Amino acid sequence: MKALVAMSGGVDSSVAAALMLEQGHEVVGVTLKQWQAADGSMPTSGCCTVADAEDARRVAAQLDVPYYVLDHVADFRERVVEPFGAAYAAGRTPNPCIDCNRRVRFRTLLERTSALGCDVLVTGHYARVRNYDGRYRLLRGLDPAKDQSYVLHMLGQEELARVLLPIGEMTKPEVRDHASRLGLRTAAKPDSQDICFVKDDYRAFLRENFTAVAQPGRIVDTAGDVVGSHEGTIDFTIGQRKGLGVAFGEPRYVVELQPASATVVIGTRADMEVKGCRLEEVSFVAGDEPENNELAVKVRYRAAPVSASLENDAGGYVLRFHDPQEAVAPGQAAVMYAGDDVIGGGTIAEVVR
Amino acid sequence: MLYLDHAATTVVRPEVREAMAPFADEAFGNPSGIHGVSRRAKNAMEEARERAAALLGAAAPLEIVFTGGGTEADNLAILGAALAGGARRRVVTSAIEHEAVLESARFAERLGCELHVVGVDRYGRVTPRDIAAATGDETIVSVMTANNETGAIQPLAEIANAARGAGRGVLVHTDAVQAFISVEVTTATTSSDMISLAAHKLGGPKGAGLLYVRDGITLEPVIHGGGQELGRRSGTHNVAGIIGLVTAMEQSVSDREDFRRRVGGARNRFEEVLSAELDGLEFTVDEPRLVQHSHLRFPGVQSETLLIRLDQAGVAAAAGSACHSGAIEMSHVLAAMGASDAVAAESVRFSFGWVNDVADGEDAAKRVAAVVGELK
Repeated sequence: MKALVAMSGGVDSSVAAALMLEQGHEVVGVTLKQWQAADGSMPTSGCCTVADAEDARRVAAQLDVPYYVLDHVADFRERVVEPFGAAYAAGRTPNPCIDCNRRVRFRTLLERTSALGCDVLVTGHYARVRNYDGRYRLLRGLDPAKDQSYVLHMLGQEELARVLLPIGEMTKPEVRDHASRLGLRTAAKPDSQDICFVKDDYRAFLRENFTAVAQPGRIVDTAGDVVGSHEGTIDFTIGQRKGLGVAFGEPRYVVELQPASATVVIGTRADMEVKGCRLEEVSFVAGDEPENNELAVKVRYRAAPVSASLENDAGGYVLRFHDPQEAVAPGQAAVMYAGDDVIGGGTIAEVVR
Repeated sequence: MLYLDHAATTVVRPEVREAMAPFADEAFGNPSGIHGVSRRAKNAMEEARERAAALLGAAAPLEIVFTGGGTEADNLAILGAALAGGARRRVVTSAIEHEAVLESARFAERLGCELHVVGVDRYGRVTPRDIAAATGDETIVSVMTANNETGAIQPLAEIANAARGAGRGVLVHTDAVQAFISVEVTTATTSSDMISLAAHKLGGPKGAGLLYVRDGITLEPVIHGGGQELGRRSGTHNVAGIIGLVTAMEQSVSDREDFRRRVGGARNRFEEVLSAELDGLEFTVDEPRLVQHSHLRFPGVQSETLLIRLDQAGVAAAAGSACHSGAIEMSHVLAAMGASDAVAAESVRFSFGWVNDVADGEDAAKRVAAVVGELK
């Protein structure tokens, strides 16, 4: 088998490439050039930097596999960066990594995989793909601390048939040990945390590139009374408590953002609670919706799963939480699990109070 | 590996390696010294300068300035002339120039010069009339002898004449880096006052080049230091590189007729077979073009994908120019010719070199046709 390995320059994808080789496959390494400054230069800090591409290139050389940098700048700008800004401008809290996976990595790159002469696409994500009699399942990564199945929930049967995630079968320490044993230069490289196309602070990036979110406006309470002012909705996230610039006896939290009118709505902890959420861009790993609609749901990447029921509503899907949830932010993904199995997921379109 | 990227750089000729060897060994001297070790290096270098001058039809050896390569020669020509004396205030160049020229010209503009970048026709050729229209008194005109991407040969003598007729004190520079190996380049054929060359495109080493500067032209140096090369290019001489450069020039000149026949034959066979095998093939430029270049568009096939598949199939080719990360960038040359992004993204350059013969052309065509066939 010939594998196209998406190498970011980090330890996980480095080891993914090494594992494919050890399993006897042919490997072609690629790095996606996703973002560049206005002058065409690549970022020099954060993820996806020149140094990262160089690490990927050097690891590929060490593994003696061909390596290429693929230009996905226009693709990425159109499918990830523009929607990222548009989501904030609509008062949402987007997850650009999910958009990248949905629209670039497991879409355009996967479409190119065979054109590039390869049979499968391999990434360094912590999740597992299983094939049971021709039906593919997507499972949480073996390492609960690193599980990345949340950002892969959009993968369906067609994608999973052509995707391998070898790192999902290992823990992070095992991955680092393996990299050390092979003497890979990325063995001790710190994990990247940032959004790859944002240098330091995503707010500064948005202020520069999407001015709608940087308009000064009012802070109001849930009754609509003005209680303060702000310098742009971008400075706030749903559930935020600190830095509101207003004082009350009881703690206040951001419960809603309305960039169109430059309004930040704050409320009490009780005002944050939501009973459910309406989803869009819904997909199911199996292709069909599950028979059992009682599921465990993650509403943020780092949130613990909570119990919810999946219901059909007006041609779409609504998740009803068994217990009210706080800080459910439109734009984030809600991902449904049954045990270790990813059932599917979608983007939170609006909350149900 | 069937290497068809000789325009990027080509194989070092055995004669060059042999000629350079002593200067990486016992003849290691710095030419700027008074003792015998220096003298040996100095004599070899000055003898090489005389040979280079003769090859270019220069009036005197000191019209040759040795540089660290073609880019440096272009920088010295444009900035050196633009900054010298304070009189020459206009730079006229074409939109298809190598970045070494374009970026030098833009830098001159930032330093206060007036810059005119002249467009080209759809076949990538500069029109003498357009150059003349942009040229005034005390203008530096820089147009390449042949384009490095498409291979389109420019009507340089006409351009030079038209430019000189448009103003007083006009200086004509040409970047002949890509052309020299297959096109006769002398002061007479190019009608130029300055000519840039690079060794590594001729079968010489990287990091060595020269600028021919007609006697009487004053250049402001762009690299400052110990005053070597009559103050025009400071820095300890790369003697081995200079010997390699001049040997490669000599080999290119003595080999030129054979190169045109043999390597041109390989290119022609490549295009013949490929045209027979594939429908819809488009040639980017027509004649006159460099005999070693084949610039083609494969409609419906992304060049980035094609180049990767070719690499895996053992064929090395190129498209546009590679950025620092290695990704392919949109070609400014094709853009200047009016090609859309989509067309440019389907265009590939195959460039043959002195090591190729007609059998390589046929072999290459078959391999390329097979890969393109799979991608269609």
